[in-house]
Amino acid sequence: MTSNQRLQAILITGRTIEQGVGKEKGKTSKEYLDGVAICHIDPADLKKLGIKGNVNVQISTIYGSVVVKAVESPRAPHAGIAYMPYGPWANAVIDPDTDSIGMPSLKGISAEIEPAGDKPVLSLTELLKSQFGKEPYAPH
Amino acid sequence: MPHIEAVTCPVCGCLCDDIRLRIEAGKIVEVKNGCAMCESKFLGYCGEHRLSKPLIRKNGELVEVSLNEAVKKAAEILAEANYPLLYGWSSTSCEAIRIGLELAEEVGGVIDNTSTVCHGPSVLSIQDIGIPSCTLGQVRHRADLVIYWGCDPWSAHPRHIERYTSFSDGRFEKSEWKGYLSKTKALIVKKKIEKALKRVFARETPSLSPHVRREPPPTLFKEGRKMIVVDVRRTRSAETADYFIQVEPNRDYELLEALRLLVRDEELEVEEVAGVPVAYLEEVADLMIRCNFGALFFGLGLTMSRGKMRNIDAALSLIRDLNTRTKFTIMPMRGHFNVSGSDTVFTWQTGYPYAVDFSLCYPRYNPGETSAVDVLLRGETDASLIVASDPVSNFPRKAAEHLVKNPLIVIDPHVNATAQMGDVVIPSALVGVEVEGTAYRMDHVPLPLKKVVEPPEGLISDEEILRKILSEVRKIKAGKMEES
Amino acid sequence: MSNGVVFDPLNGIDGEKVDIAVKDGKIVKSVSEHRAKKIDVAGMIVMPGGVDIHSHIAGSEVNTGRLLRPEDHFKDSECKTSVTRSGVGYSIPSTFTTGYRYARMGYTTVMNPSMPPLEAKHTHEELNDIPLIDKATYPLLGDWWFVLEYLSQGNIEELARHVAWMINSTKGYAIKIVNPGGLESWGFGHNVTSLDDQIPHFCITPREIILGLCRVNKLLNLPHSVHLHTNNLGKPGNYKTALETMKYVEELANDEKPAVHITHCQFSAFTGDDWRTLGSGAEEIAKYLNGHSHVTIDMGQVIFTDTTTMTADGPFQFGLYELTGNKWVNHDVETETSAGIVPFRYRKKSFAHATQWSIGLELALLVKDSWKIYMTTDHPNGGPFTAYPKIIAWLISKKARKATLKKINPKARSRSLLPSIDRELSFYELAIMTRAGQAKALGLKHKGHLGVGADADIAVYNVNPHKTDPSKEYKKVRKAFKRAAYTIKGGKVVVKNGEVLKHVEGATMWLDVKISEPFKVTADMKRRFREYWTVEYENYPVTDRYLEISQPIPVKAEV
Repeated sequence: MTSNQRLQAILITGRTIEQGVGKEKGKTSKEYLDGVAICHIDPADLKKLGIKGNVNVQISTIYGSVVVKAVESPRAPHAGIAYMPYGPWANAVIDPDTDSIGMPSLKGISAEIEPAGDKPVLSLTELLKSQFGKEPYAPH
Repeated sequence: MPHIEAVTCPVCGCLCDDIRLRIEAGKIVEVKNGCAMCESKFLGYCGEHRLSKPLIRKNGELVEVSLNEAVKKAAEILAEANYPLLYGWSSTSCEAIRIGLELAEEVGGVIDNTSTVCHGPSVLSIQDIGIPSCTLGQVRHRADLVIYWGCDPWSAHPRHIERYTSFSDGRFEKSEWKGYLSKTKALIVKKKIEKALKRVFARETPSLSPHVRREPPPTLFKEGRKMIVVDVRRTRSAETADYFIQVEPNRDYELLEALRLLVRDEELEVEEVAGVPVAYLEEVADLMIRCNFGALFFGLGLTMSRGKMRNIDAALSLIRDLNTRTKFTIMPMRGHFNVSGSDTVFTWQTGYPYAVDFSLCYPRYNPGETSAVDVLLRGETDASLIVASDPVSNFPRKAAEHLVKNPLIVIDPHVNATAQMGDVVIPSALVGVEVEGTAYRMDHVPLPLKKVVEPPEGLISDEEILRKILSEVRKIKAGKMEES
Repeated sequence: MSNGVVFDPLNGIDGEKVDIAVKDGKIVKSVSEHRAKKIDVAGMIVMPGGVDIHSHIAGSEVNTGRLLRPEDHFKDSECKTSVTRSGVGYSIPSTFTTGYRYARMGYTTVMNPSMPPLEAKHTHEELNDIPLIDKATYPLLGDWWFVLEYLSQGNIEELARHVAWMINSTKGYAIKIVNPGGLESWGFGHNVTSLDDQIPHFCITPREIILGLCRVNKLLNLPHSVHLHTNNLGKPGNYKTALETMKYVEELANDEKPAVHITHCQFSAFTGDDWRTLGSGAEEIAKYLNGHSHVTIDMGQVIFTDTTTMTADGPFQFGLYELTGNKWVNHDVETETSAGIVPFRYRKKSFAHATQWSIGLELALLVKDSWKIYMTTDHPNGGPFTAYPKIIAWLISKKARKATLKKINPKARSRSLLPSIDRELSFYELAIMTRAGQAKALGLKHKGHLGVGADADIAVYNVNPHKTDPSKEYKKVRKAFKRAAYTIKGGKVVVKNGEVLKHVEGATMWLDVKISEPFKVTADMKRRFREYWTVEYENYPVTDRYLEISQPIPVKAEV
């Protein structure tokens, strides 16, 4: 199996305790970045991608694309399902359609995952700048 | 005063009110009884991630200004806007929300709270079907069957199980904590054996506890409290449960409808539904009918996946049907600590729980049209006020783009993505830590939020900031009236 | 205020021309002629501001009803004006609209009858947002575990002390009982069907709860009697339960004050064995009331309209859901009570609904003494309070009753007692049923009358009693009572010709019950608190900051 494999998966977003703790700590904190700019992937799927945990992956859907860190899922087995905590990284790729009821589709989106190579995970400030082209406030 | 008892934790919808804090030299130094999120909140609240000074964007950059200047600028933006969006509210006090609604009415804007992107579909479904529910204490005292569906309390509401359901002691039902402990110990031993085997044979062994397609264990039919978890992943909560049902993604609706049929004693002529053998489901349905008091809690696993409010329709109908056979209740696991309160205050003032449009001088409600994400996706708003929320992080990117493109006012204690993108940013004192207020638990029980320490100098509550903006808006409007 | 035709039953004034002077929010003997602002109300009816003894206007149940029914609001919105807030109306109006609509009809005092103690803060937060009227609220205590436990031990005095604590903690006004025993049973999906059913796990019967709390009420000297929603409410044949209940507390009829108020009595006055044989028990109940003075009742009149039923009677609401198949909310409250909500439409052509309509009016007309029965719809259960002018028309005019009778279900019409009743209430009796009697039953000394020292809450209706024959011109009267010519609240003109002129806040009244020794929170109480509720003792009471305008009424208890 070569690297640079692509994997078709169903993307689920949701809460994790790390996201909860990080959010209370502060959204610009390292805890938040480490807890949220990630994707839980099943070990079998990691194998298919030819990578191990803690490697950056690019997640793409028809709505967008983002680089996050792949983490071997502590909740396996769930082959074919990738899990991202709520946050700006996940929201870069989710389906905005509200089906006319106000609620975007945040769970169960088809996504493509591939190893990101050298592409870095953007920090919150970098992500905002690249997404919105407005200068984000940088706290000291 | 070194210790403060019975503090309400302003983090999640559990609103645990038994937190004990130790204060030294005006700072919180110790948190007792709280979960990890609670500790993070009370110990980390005044870190470097706090906003300390009001900011206004000048020449593309946010610069420090006085509170008055920021309030004036915010009021100008809102008074001049044709259709401003006032969004957030779930992480502030009911007192602040009351003023927020008055402000929205005054400026003829649309006001929405975070229900719109969490349990909005649940509300819509409740409006179609109703909801048989109760306060959490009823579950503690009476429930002998607890089901968590599409939610992971261990992660999102860490003390829910311990305070209100399976591991709490009630008048008629007792805690299952000891049983869980021995089960966990057995599991650890099992895992150790697995590891040892792996080392000895140097090869992968199949997991000893494949949860997928596991049949209901005999323990499920014992006396006492039982817990079932239904989810697409084997969450931490699933490991706690007596029985875990792994549903295929986006197929909750089918599973719920199958259970509804089984509860009505219909035959299902298929082998499995949503990846779960019908034979197992029959046993679960039987258990639901035979319990004395059942409680189903559901989360965003149902509201956000395919079907959205239709999933909730099915869940509510299932529980309603069950009430002709036994006592059964259902409750959404509300996320933010005051999202229930936000719905509550919206409803008593306007008749509607979220997505309220005041552009015609009276409250109008039509989620899908008047909801935040939709007005943003259609590009209708021309300014926004965000209070205690982070839509730039939490909204789909396309919606966030429109939010950022137009004048954006942010009131928040912390730096977050929305504040970073804001044009006027007003820091506020932290409700439930530095200022008092009221919040509603996920079961609608109102609880007081305490002030336990002094706010940093110059910071006032969301409520006071909003009052200032409201009075400034009224001044501007009165001035305009005179001119014309 | 001069030249009006005044009806002030508590002061025995029956249609006389009396001038009324007001200063600093109170009625006074006189004011200086040339400095006072004068309102000439010649040819108009002047009454004390209306008092409503039972109307669900605030709290978790009401608000969940609002949330449940956007379709109820869509057809009825109120725009923001320069003085008023916007809102929605119909069967469960939003808070501001509730206040405006009551004031437009000349009402100035409304009692919210059902408050789960655990959620009392919610009720008070909403009451704060209801302008133009004074308010109070009754905590639901009939199925509170403390009540069940102390009564099964026979420890009335200890219970009285705890009830005093509860009334103070919830800033409540009276003891409310709903389907005693039925709500605790509903915790496991059951109900009680007679006064002598054993309540599971508690070794006590509904009968003992009612008598026990009536005794507590006397021990505490509460101004209002126990406010009771009977067992078996809404079931054919239940008039027997209502009568049995009234008879059972006869032994407490030892002084002038009534021992019990049977609320929305219409719903407890059914004869028959099922919905087909349903009939009116109004005659029997009226006969009993005419011979006894320890009971008061209110009507719970049914209006033909679409409304939202909501009571703390969880099992009753479940029955209504099963009957109608409509959407249904249930909300049980730990250790205390329950609640249910079901939308409901009363139809003229339905035999049962038309019979219910008839029963309410029969009660009001057959009970001879108007001081014993008060006009309510059990808002919104029988219909929204905005329908009061309709009821007034039915009460004062046989012709008005006839006009409606013509349109109702024929079987119900043929069985109705109304055609045989000639009584038409006078304006004086009307003033008793809509304000004076209610204020008296509630023990509100400053309300419901226009004597010196009373609150300056006044309603003026533009109809001349000397030139109008209400019996024939009921439509004119109905119109006048729908939109008051003036509503004066605390001395301020808040409504003129049915339009709200001012948004002023109303007060929340509550009983500050003083017991001989201040209530001590013992370690045992704290322990029980932890076991019974999921909130801490410290966070339970409604503190002063939850009442924007707090009006404590001191009460000295005998324990």
